[in-house]
Amino acid sequence: MSADPTQVLAFETDCHIFDGCGFPAPGLHSFLFKPLWGDGDSNVYFNKTMLLALLGSIIIVGFFWAAFRKPKVVPGKLQMVAEAGYDFIRRGVVYETIGKKEGEKYVPLVVSLFFFIWMMNLWSIVPVAQFPVTSIISYPLVLAVIVYVLWVSLTFKRHGFVGFFKNVTGYDKSLGAVLPLAMTIEFFSNLLVRPFTHAVRLFANMFAGHTLLLLFTIASWYLLNGIGIAYAGVSFIMTIVMTAFELFIQALQAYVFVLLTCTYIQGALAEHH
Amino acid sequence: MSQLLITAAESGENPLIPPIPELVIGLLAFVIVFGFLAKKLLPNINKVLEERREAIEGGIEKAEAAQTEAQSVLEQYKAQLAEARHEAARLRQEAQEQGAVLIAEMRAEGQRQREEIVAAGHAQIDADRKAAASALRQDVGKLATDLAGKLVGESLEDHARQSRVIDRFLDDLEEKAEATR
Repeated sequence: MSADPTQVLAFETDCHIFDGCGFPAPGLHSFLFKPLWGDGDSNVYFNKTMLLALLGSIIIVGFFWAAFRKPKVVPGKLQMVAEAGYDFIRRGVVYETIGKKEGEKYVPLVVSLFFFIWMMNLWSIVPVAQFPVTSIISYPLVLAVIVYVLWVSLTFKRHGFVGFFKNVTGYDKSLGAVLPLAMTIEFFSNLLVRPFTHAVRLFANMFAGHTLLLLFTIASWYLLNGIGIAYAGVSFIMTIVMTAFELFIQALQAYVFVLLTCTYIQGALAEHH
Repeated sequence: MSQLLITAAESGENPLIPPIPELVIGLLAFVIVFGFLAKKLLPNINKVLEERREAIEGGIEKAEAAQTEAQSVLEQYKAQLAEARHEAARLRQEAQEQGAVLIAEMRAEGQRQREEIVAAGHAQIDADRKAAASALRQDVGKLATDLAGKLVGESLEDHARQSRVIDRFLDDLEEKAEATR
């Protein structure tokens, strides 16, 4: 990934409206970073996104380490908060979709997924960081592939080769003449498109959210000249509103991702009929 | 703006093509989180949650046991109390019956004794009256005879007449006594 030499944040220039310079709109370049270390062309480098990703995992582990390292039967405040989060995913997501008996095994994975994604999303509104790690496709893709591999292997293990094929294609005799068409569609949607949609759903939401935030933030600065000051105020308010909205979307997207994960696992474990 | 877009496009970056190094770091970051949570921290908290569940359930079980015990003791007490009441009522009833019998017996006994005494008295009175009457009759006869002998100066020859006179006299006396009674 090469750094874009023209990439400048609006704040780094004294560019305002009526000054004769164009609006420095956010774009793809907003998602590219100069490597902090290494060479962008050599595939061996370290950049801000990676730093945030590693830092994020350390924060999550740190939080749960502090909360669950020496848990008590009568919990302290931190343990109570962590327990609430853990319990929400365990009961509200895993038990609800997969069931208590079958689902218990997948609780650690789903809990890790949820908090990992949430943290990566949260970077979007953490001052200084201000970049959602999940808006780089690699991160959602890794997670989606992990889930995909788990789903495929589980389906094989549970149903065998023919069962796997039936499960994946949604084989159902009662469909009659439509069966070949339905099976083709199901095959594509389940086996080929699924990991892609699973990853892109998260990626695109974070990508769009970050772009929106950038747009309003840059506009607040850019409009700060002459009559534009009034519009800058509106833009700034929108920045705050969108930040709050993003806060909601970040949690929601993390939730959606793990809910889909559970649905896939449940589908793999379910008896086909 | 268009210039920026063009440069972005020229740099050949497609946001949907994952850069390999970031895939590696992403996997690493997630494995760190998953490793710590799955191997250490979540088993930790699960153990404690289980302990807590048991503690709560144990407490509930204890409370339930105490409650059932209290219930059984209460029932025992109630049964004992009812038994005692029943016993007391039975004793009272028995005592009343016994008392009634005793009173009746005593009354009968008193009645009998009274009747005996009354009967004895009557017999005594009869006997006394008879004795008195016969004594009186003899005395009166003798006195009358003496009196008549003295009046007449001699002993009455006619014994038959003599006894008839005396009897008539005595009958008169008895009639008078009857009349005055």
